[in-house]
Amino acid sequence: MGEGYAAVLPANAWNWVAVWRRNLLAWKKVALVTILGNLADPIIYLFGLGFGLGMIVGRVDGTSYIAFLATGMVATSAMTAGTFETIYATFARMHTQRTWEAILCTQLTLGDIVLGELAWAATKACLAGIAIAVVAATLGYATWPAILYALPAIALTGLAFASLAMVVIALAPSHDYFVFYQTLVLTPMLLLCGAIFPATQLPDAVQQVGHFLPLAHSIDLIRPAMLGRPAGSVGLHIGALCAYAILPLFLSVVLFRRRLMR
Amino acid sequence: MSSVAVGFAGVTKSYGGKTVVDGLSFTVAPGECFGLLGPNGAGKSTITRMLLGMARPAAGEITVLGVPVPARARLARKRIGVVPQFDNLDLAFTVRENLLVFGRYFGMSTREVEAKIPSLLEFANLENKADARVAELSGGMKRRLTLARALVNDPQLLVMDEPTTGLDPHARHLIWERLRSLLARGKTIILTTHFMEEAERLCDRLCVLVGGRNVAEGRPHALIDEQIGCQVIEIYGGNPHELSSLIKPYAKRIEVSGETLFCYAPDPEHVRLQLRGREDLRLLQRPPNLEDVFLRLTGRELEK
Repeated sequence: MGEGYAAVLPANAWNWVAVWRRNLLAWKKVALVTILGNLADPIIYLFGLGFGLGMIVGRVDGTSYIAFLATGMVATSAMTAGTFETIYATFARMHTQRTWEAILCTQLTLGDIVLGELAWAATKACLAGIAIAVVAATLGYATWPAILYALPAIALTGLAFASLAMVVIALAPSHDYFVFYQTLVLTPMLLLCGAIFPATQLPDAVQQVGHFLPLAHSIDLIRPAMLGRPAGSVGLHIGALCAYAILPLFLSVVLFRRRLMR
Repeated sequence: MSSVAVGFAGVTKSYGGKTVVDGLSFTVAPGECFGLLGPNGAGKSTITRMLLGMARPAAGEITVLGVPVPARARLARKRIGVVPQFDNLDLAFTVRENLLVFGRYFGMSTREVEAKIPSLLEFANLENKADARVAELSGGMKRRLTLARALVNDPQLLVMDEPTTGLDPHARHLIWERLRSLLARGKTIILTTHFMEEAERLCDRLCVLVGGRNVAEGRPHALIDEQIGCQVIEIYGGNPHELSSLIKPYAKRIEVSGETLFCYAPDPEHVRLQLRGREDLRLLQRPPNLEDVFLRLTGRELEK
C-alpha cells in the first residue's frame, strides 16, 4: 500500500513549476481584467465600509476603523482568492476541462499537479492581498514597507486556504457543493477572526474557537505588520498556518488518488 | 532495448464487484503495432489506464519499457506518448502554446520545446494553424494536434485509445498515414479500436477482448485464416432465419447480424445455386476480413 502512495506524491522539488507556469500563461491572457478587479473590489469596500461604518464607529483597536478594516481585508482577500481559485478554476481543470487527465499522462505525478495548483492559488492570493495593501498605502492607512513585511504572511494565508479548498474539491461531486463550504466555513471565519471588527467583541467561548481558525493566525500576522506594531507569538501563527497548508495537501493527494486513479 | 515493450501477465481489475479485466496476458514487441480490439465495455480503456499507472490492477504484473507499473509508472510515462479517447487539449491556448505547455510537463525547457515545435506542426499538417486557438480547429485538426502533442517527448511507445473515433473518412485516413510513418520510424504503438479496418490496416498483431478476457491473439491475416478460413457471402433481404435453414447444409457457419446474414462457405457456388432465382435477395461474395472474426468472437456477447 505504501508504494501505491509513493507513486502519487510529488516526484521532486521542481516538477510542480510546469503546472504553475501553465496557469501563469493562461492568466496572462486576462491579466489586465483580473488586476483591475483586484484593485476595484477593495477600493469599493474600503470607501463604502470604511467611510460609512468608520464615521459611526470611530477608532477601533487604537487606530482608525478604515485602517483596521484594510488590514483585515488583506488577510480576507488572500483567503478568498486562494479558495476561489481552487474551488472554481482548479476544480474545472481537474473535472470538466480534463486538464489534469492530460497532465497525468506525462512524467508528472498527482502530487506534482496539486503542488503546482497550490502554488498558483497562493500566487493569486498574493496578487489580491497586495492590491488591497497598495490601495491602503496609497490612501495613507499603511506604510509602503509594511506591504513587504506582510507579503510572506499573505502568501502563507493563500497557501493554507488553497490547501483546505483542495480537500473540498477532492470530495465534491460537482461545483454545486461549494456553496456549503463558503457559507458554513468561510463566512463564519470572516466574522469570528476579527477581520471586520475586533474578535474581543464576541462572547468568550466563541473567541476561543476563533483562536484555532487559520484566518485568525493570518490576521495576527498581517495586522501588526501593516500597522507597524510588534507582533506576538509569530512562531505559533506561522506554525499553525504551515500546518493548515501541509496537512490538507497530503489529505487531498490521498483523496484525489481515490477519485482519479481507481 | 529489452525484447518486450509492454507485458501484461495475469492482470485482473474489477470495479464495484464487476470484473472488467480478467486474467489478461499479452506482450508487445518493440517496433510493433499491437491492437486491442473489442466491443464497448470490453475493458480497452481500463487496460490503457493500467498501462499508464492511472489504475492499479487487483492482481497480475505489468511491465512497460522495462519498468514495473504502476510502481514506477512515472519513469515509463517519460517515454510514452498518449492519444486519449477524448481530446483533452487546453482550450485556453493556441496550437503552439499547447505544445509548449505539454513539453514543459516533461521537464523540457521553453527553448527545447520551441526548437521542436516546427517539426511537430509539420508532422501534424498544422503549420498554418500555429497561432490559432484550439477552439477554432476542426475535429480532425484537434486529433492531429493531440497526436503531435503525444510526440513532444520523443516517446518510444505510443498509446492510442480509439484515435479515430468520431472522425470523417478523410481525417481518419490522414491519421492512419501519420501512424504508419511513426511505425516506419521504429515507434511501438498500442492501439485500442473497434474499427476493424483500422486494426487490419495498422496492426502487426492484435488481440480480441471479450468481457476483459483475451479470446484470440495473432496477426490479422492469421486470425482471419484461423477463425474464418473461407469465402463469405453476405445476404441482404428476405427472412434471415428462413434463409439460414435453406443454406445451412452448404455453409461452414452462419451468423445473423441485424438484417444481414453472413454465410461462411468453403464452396460458395453451392450456396449461390441454392439461392438462384431469388430476386428479393442481394448477394455479396468477398474474402473474409477482420470484421468476420470480430463478429464471430464477440457476437454472442452482443446478443445478451
